[in-house]
Amino acid sequence: MRHPDQAFAQMETDRGDNHATEETEPTSASPAVVLRDLHKSFDAQKVLNGLDLTVDSGQTLAVLGRSGTGKSVLLKLVIGLKKPDAGSIQIHGQEITSCDLEEMNEIRKKMGLLFQHAALYDSLTVQENIAFPLRRHTTMTASERTDRIKELLAGVGMEADLNKMPGDLSGGMQKRVGLARALALEPDILLLDEPTAGLDPITSGEIDELILKLQEERNVASIVVTHDLHSAKVIADRIVLLHQGNAVIEGTFGELEHSDDKFVREFFKRDP
Amino acid sequence: MSDHATVPRRWIEDARQPPDLVRSAFAWLWRPINEFLEWFGELGIFVWQVMRATIRRPFEGRELIRQLDEVGSKSLPMVALAGAAIGAVLALESRHSLVQFGAKSMLPAAIVFSIIHETGPVVTGLVVSGRVGAGIGAELGSMKVTEQIDAMEASGVNVYKLLAFTRILACILMLPLLTLAADLSGIVTGWLADTLAEPISFHKFVHAGFAGASFSDFLAPTFRTAAFGLIIGVIASFQGMRSQGGTEGVGRSATSSVVLSSLFVMLADVVLMKLILVFFP
Repeated sequence: MRHPDQAFAQMETDRGDNHATEETEPTSASPAVVLRDLHKSFDAQKVLNGLDLTVDSGQTLAVLGRSGTGKSVLLKLVIGLKKPDAGSIQIHGQEITSCDLEEMNEIRKKMGLLFQHAALYDSLTVQENIAFPLRRHTTMTASERTDRIKELLAGVGMEADLNKMPGDLSGGMQKRVGLARALALEPDILLLDEPTAGLDPITSGEIDELILKLQEERNVASIVVTHDLHSAKVIADRIVLLHQGNAVIEGTFGELEHSDDKFVREFFKRDP
Repeated sequence: MSDHATVPRRWIEDARQPPDLVRSAFAWLWRPINEFLEWFGELGIFVWQVMRATIRRPFEGRELIRQLDEVGSKSLPMVALAGAAIGAVLALESRHSLVQFGAKSMLPAAIVFSIIHETGPVVTGLVVSGRVGAGIGAELGSMKVTEQIDAMEASGVNVYKLLAFTRILACILMLPLLTLAADLSGIVTGWLADTLAEPISFHKFVHAGFAGASFSDFLAPTFRTAAFGLIIGVIASFQGMRSQGGTEGVGRSATSSVVLSSLFVMLADVVLMKLILVFFP
């Protein structure tokens, strides 16, 4: 028998089957993302086990951890694609675990998610992929939209590939288009799942610079799941290391690098 | 001293527990029932989500037009061909029996009545559940396993409206029109088969065919296919959007969309036919 969440994850977004009870009004002073005592399991496998995290506006949090420790699940929980078994998720002070689908969609318009495998719409061109959120949530004219698309693609070094289909792009190129799409609506919160995986060092550096620029200029809060320690060192204000569903340690790159914890030392033993 | 004192404790515990064989037999029986109930529960939630999405803006006109083309015009050749085959076979089969009973003059009525009442709607329903059901199941299944549906949701789009509602509405609107096409081609090939055996003008054939038929004979059976469209659209969208497990999962979604929608179309046909006979005797 399948777990209901696996079988029907997207169809239960507005069911009140969570355990979160606190409702708070959104305020500009609230941290961008607050996770409290977050639990998530798939059948018998516990993925998150009471995780607490806070990300302020203008701050970048890098999430590290071994494969299968729930890093991608964490991002999907934050954007409401999955429901936690228990715990609280607040976006700018608004509790999202009790939101209905319409409320959640309004919150999502201020968030951008880059998927691990880009998740581009394979029947649409690169241009149409980025136009998709713009056409739905903005009142831009066609020419304004085209300008915006070109600007976004130039930011990720893909301006020459406007009319290509996703199938004609390499994994790294798809990732860059995915990032451009995630930035289309100028999100306040950016969730990036391995943004530099599969990219050459030069493009990785450009993506890191882009994230830093967004942080400085637009005060964007970012949660970046990555295995790239060099990238984490460059872009992250804080780093959290997940192990067995919980944060083993949280701090700056330097603090983690000099930690006495055996698991942390093991993780950082290869210098970036 | 109690009786239990003379009986080993393990025997008492064993007696309280049902034997393994009974338990496994019960589990074996219960599992499919449980899965069926779970499937129905999930289907109910899905339908509720689609209904809620329906009443809210935007109404996804562009996607609806694309789906009308996908379900309607692209199914037309196959539906017309199936209707034509049925018309020809009906004419060839019925002629022999009716001639034997001396009721040859009833042949046009038998063909027309059979086509507009039953074979046209059912054949259309089954052909569309094969072509469109598989298409929707595979398309949405593929989008689900490659996280494209998640990406749409993440960008604040109501996927129940954009992906499911548009497909369901396109099926509901197109099925009656496709049934008309199947009926027409069936009647034409029925006439062709008849006229090859014994020449009769098309006008005379149609006149004789519809002589005893009332408007309700035509209207109710044709519009019951809108219910078939609802079934095909709902089941195929649901199976696609709950797909999981990579390419194998996509294959399963496509297959189950066809099997389940065909099954429910046949069940609905029986129920709706009974209702039509009650309300339009």
